[in-house]
Amino acid sequence: MNTNILIVGVGGQGTLLASVLLGNLALMKGYDVKLSEVHGMSQRGGSVVTHVKISDDTVNSPLIEKGDADVILAFEELEAYRWLPYLKKGGEMYVNTQQIMPMPVVLGQAKYPEDIMGTLEENAGAVNTLDALSIATECGSVKAVNVVLLGAASKALPFSEEEWISVIEKFVKPKFVDLNKEAFAKGREA
Amino acid sequence: MDKMIMLGNEAFARGAYEAGVKVVSSYPGTPSTEVTETLAKTKEVHVEWAPNEKVGVEVAIGASVGGARSLSCMKHVGLNVAADPFYTAAYTGVSGGCVVLVADDNGCHSSQNEQDSRYHGRSAGVPILEPANAQECKDFMMYAFEMSEKYDTVVLLRSNTRVSHSRGIVTVGEREERELIPYVKDFQKRVAMPAMAIKLHVAQEKRLAQIEEDGNSFEINKVEMNDPSIGIITSGICYQYVKDALPEASVLKLGLINPLPKKMIHDFASKVDKLYIIEEGDPFFEEQLKADGIEFAGGKELFTIQGEYSANMIRKAFGKEIPESVEITDAPGRPPLLCAGCPHRGLFHILSKLKLNVMGDIGCYTLAALPPTSAMDACLCMGASIGMAHGFEKATGSSDNTVAVLGDSTFLHSGLTGLLNMAYNGSTGTVIILDNRITGMTGHQQNPASGKNAKGEEAPAVDLAEVCRALGVKHVVEVDPFELEELEKILKEETKRDALSVVITKRPCALIVKQPMTVHVINDNCKNCKMCMKIGCPAIEEKDGRPYILPESCVGCGLCTKVCKFDAIEVPGKEAR
Repeated sequence: MNTNILIVGVGGQGTLLASVLLGNLALMKGYDVKLSEVHGMSQRGGSVVTHVKISDDTVNSPLIEKGDADVILAFEELEAYRWLPYLKKGGEMYVNTQQIMPMPVVLGQAKYPEDIMGTLEENAGAVNTLDALSIATECGSVKAVNVVLLGAASKALPFSEEEWISVIEKFVKPKFVDLNKEAFAKGREA
Repeated sequence: MDKMIMLGNEAFARGAYEAGVKVVSSYPGTPSTEVTETLAKTKEVHVEWAPNEKVGVEVAIGASVGGARSLSCMKHVGLNVAADPFYTAAYTGVSGGCVVLVADDNGCHSSQNEQDSRYHGRSAGVPILEPANAQECKDFMMYAFEMSEKYDTVVLLRSNTRVSHSRGIVTVGEREERELIPYVKDFQKRVAMPAMAIKLHVAQEKRLAQIEEDGNSFEINKVEMNDPSIGIITSGICYQYVKDALPEASVLKLGLINPLPKKMIHDFASKVDKLYIIEEGDPFFEEQLKADGIEFAGGKELFTIQGEYSANMIRKAFGKEIPESVEITDAPGRPPLLCAGCPHRGLFHILSKLKLNVMGDIGCYTLAALPPTSAMDACLCMGASIGMAHGFEKATGSSDNTVAVLGDSTFLHSGLTGLLNMAYNGSTGTVIILDNRITGMTGHQQNPASGKNAKGEEAPAVDLAEVCRALGVKHVVEVDPFELEELEKILKEETKRDALSVVITKRPCALIVKQPMTVHVINDNCKNCKMCMKIGCPAIEEKDGRPYILPESCVGCGLCTKVCKFDAIEVPGKEAR
């Protein structure tokens, strides 16, 4: 079993918690796991990516390369589009239908690509879109976007619902556990 | 023993902790910062942010002389700053184990260059260890302390972005408290003046020869014999790429990368048909091993000196198939930005308006070089803004249109001596210190101006204005960078002034001091002049051809209201978010 999950978004969207939960789930199940993330300069509203590699064998490189991701979790549409080349043939995408304009677009120097969803549909094995921001807001915090997306993607990943709940209970701050459990459940239904 | 998922940097910290480290003194720098941050959370270890890496290494050496295990951590360019004590400590050796951790940044994820720190270690004449995953980060740190004491030498532990910022499973153990090694005066060993230094150099060469010999049987150097037709010599993160790309190959994975265990390498070379070297960065192994008469089927000519390697790059070089993938060429870039509410935005808006020549520096504010502010002309290294502004003035004969701009932490790191030079050597220039009370870009570390230390305890906060006056600057002005009119007036006056001046812009980082959370909106007064979009705020976008403030991004700093000439931006009902 090898599962490569790429989590992409915009600096500040909370991509890191998603990878911590995934990593600890893998550890709990006795798999090998490596995660790789971006710190520093790119966190200031730049494009960010976290690599999660899980295997029942040894994980060597912590990086997922082009054509190698089984699942891409995208917190923003342009980032889903940018990282599409990393998706394995037939791989699945979970995309939050939110658009955040990068500064070159705001300044009129570049165009936000049209028909991103069309390109994703054409090339990915499956594209699952959801308005994770609205769902997270319903649950009580815009910050729960990450867990909503994880909920949605959870069915494609080798862990049971109970295992997901237990890792949320263990690694999320106590006062946010209920909110995140709800966000996870709603994402899983979406 | 517990297994945990740890960041490479957390694992380094854990290794130092378990090895009984007592004193840690570092300056933050991506990708090294979390090692010291993690250690700062422990009770048993004295952990401090030094004003710069040179001081950090000197403190670590002093602690070692005092008999304790000590550590100093930095990014690659930090080792340049610390090079002075580092090179001579390589002669004088240690009492308690002393480790210097340096994290390179292949690929320039968060740095101004891609320099290869291995040369520093070799040039100074210290052993260098390089781990390849989080577990090794912990193990090699512990091994480095043992080696340091066994061979009486500072040990350089080399990491890079992918090792420091990847997480993996780490087995953790208990801390072993260590007795202080009793201090014995020994000026022959510790006073590096010519007569002693010349002997210390001989001793250093002797111990390096011993380490090279012993290195041939160190367990951190590993031979994995598989198919003997291809042999690979590699280390660190490249080992991981090799294992993915060439699982069938025989591999010599070096953990000790200076001095190179040459016997072991010759032995490996004799057992394989075709030998390759795979190392990111400069041809550090390649040049040494070629000079030692080893023949290679391939090295740098198959790869590159620039950027990062990958498993696919190695697959390609060896004629292997790489996975199919879609090509996307029209995704607009998403460069990082100054945050919504960032105090630097006000200053750079005015610098851009006044069209000044801006000698910049290292920090979040380097981002102001990008559009729309585009208000930085040069950026070299920590503190260089001041020296460069001075040189520019002496060359052009005028300082009227030029300023130096740097942050509080950068000023305290390497700007003080530059400013002293300006005062001493008759500058009439203007230096702007962005005082946001924190070291921002690296993730909010305390500094001598913050009023807190690395452990979050109260500490004296240096008065920047007083420091500048003490260095000989007669005109020091403090201003809130969001008071745009006043700031503009001051900058016009100070740049034209026929004397050296310092302008200190005072406003805390938007990420540590929350603004009153009042989301601004654009009302019917808007004439669509788009002035508010010129400040480069990530919370302002265009929607249906007009500026629009994103409610989820606005932090209510109100800077946009000050650039709007039509009172078109307001806070409806002053309702908290």
